[in-house]
Amino acid sequence: MYPSEYRYTENHEWLKIQEGVCTLGITDYAQNELGEVVYVDLPEAGDSFDAGESFGAIDSSKTSADVYTPLAGEVVEVNSALEEEPELVNEDPHGKGWLVKIRFSSSEGLDEMLSSESYEELAKGQG
Amino acid sequence: MPDTVPERTPLHDRHVAAGAKLVEFAGWAMPVRYGSEIEEHRSVRGAAGIFDVSHMGELRVSGAGALDFLQRMTPNNVARLKPGRAHYSGLLTEDATYVDDLLVYQLDVGDYLLVVNAANLDGDLDWLRSHPHPDCTIEDHSDRYALIALQGPRAIEILQRHTATELDAISYYHFVGGAQVAGESCLLSRTGYTGEAGFELYLPPEAAPAVWDALVDSGAVPAGLAARDSLRLEAGMTLYGHEIDRTTTPYEAGLGWVVKLKKKVDFLGRDVLVDQKENGTERQLIGFELRDRGVARQGQSLFHGDEEVGTVTSGCWSPTFEKAIGTAYVPNRLAKPGTELEVAVRRRRLAAVVVPLPFYRRD
Repeated sequence: MYPSEYRYTENHEWLKIQEGVCTLGITDYAQNELGEVVYVDLPEAGDSFDAGESFGAIDSSKTSADVYTPLAGEVVEVNSALEEEPELVNEDPHGKGWLVKIRFSSSEGLDEMLSSESYEELAKGQG
Repeated sequence: MPDTVPERTPLHDRHVAAGAKLVEFAGWAMPVRYGSEIEEHRSVRGAAGIFDVSHMGELRVSGAGALDFLQRMTPNNVARLKPGRAHYSGLLTEDATYVDDLLVYQLDVGDYLLVVNAANLDGDLDWLRSHPHPDCTIEDHSDRYALIALQGPRAIEILQRHTATELDAISYYHFVGGAQVAGESCLLSRTGYTGEAGFELYLPPEAAPAVWDALVDSGAVPAGLAARDSLRLEAGMTLYGHEIDRTTTPYEAGLGWVVKLKKKVDFLGRDVLVDQKENGTERQLIGFELRDRGVARQGQSLFHGDEEVGTVTSGCWSPTFEKAIGTAYVPNRLAKPGTELEVAVRRRRLAAVVVPLPFYRRD
């Protein structure tokens, strides 16, 4: 369910880290909690965020949830497909439903992230 | 909220078997959705949905003084009811603000059933008992009833397959006490909270699963609290804790039709309501839709230019209109349909326009 090459946060985001850039999305558990996604509010490329800062939000028909980056850095790309197809977050949360790519300025915080096994335990405990 | 295990409705096993996502709501484990809440919403608008709303509270008010007591405690005219009739009303404070909103069913002479919000049940009981009437008793009968709502254009046809009671003969806000549905005894009430035709079935808890199964087998689609909320909001129906609470009055909320100032009883809140009827209120409930992408939520601020003018009371993405809609209180001068406002959603201001309530009215 949860790709082993990703890292996870307790706030139910996942990160795929490649050469100083992290791709960030929300987990399958998170999309299931939210329900059907109707809008995704994303930043613009070039925006910078501190570690732990909210960079956007996901609206389902019922609720809204802020999404946070655990790593500080600058947004290099946003998933523009979500503007027309926000449901990708539900259908493929760990793949086509990614949200942003951030070039991180510091790897501080990386150590605190969870492995797929630890995250799965966490999600199971909350579900 | 005390840290206790949420109560289970008599239909809990059905929800678990159907794969529902359960959430705690007012101390109850309730299905928020079974699969897609948007599909559930559309099933109710287009065919028939079935809801477990057994968490609702039921209070039995009876005795020779029951009518006088309810006339004093509620703004609608209880004397206009008769056995087999119900109406929508409220429990108001002396300031004419809401302790709760409720349905009043007249079961018999001197015998009424109040159906109240689960979250307010204890507060309502305290409130009613703090205004005692010598010839009237108030009992909490909530655990004697399961409540199933069957709603949608096909609801009546589906229900008719399981009862000999002629459903077309029951008018809106009328009910039949001793009906049989799928072999079980129940109170059949032509009421609902979705803007569609339908019935609400008050059942002995042990009878609920068999009736639920029969109606689902006949095509009623299980729908959760998420769909219930978007349906009621589209239909412009108020929800306690959102459009109405201890700070809002019926006139502000657009519910002036429940206030019967001509009834010859000094009911709670009457003085304030007489004044508001004569002089108007300063603010009123409006509907709005968003022109920008995004969804407004309760508690977000509304702006008119740079001026903060109100607060969102409910907001959702409407499956029927495929846009974000909401309700808010604004000063009267900004309540006219077409008025342009902005909602502060996180770091952005989203363009909104005032539209008439309700958003949705069935043909």
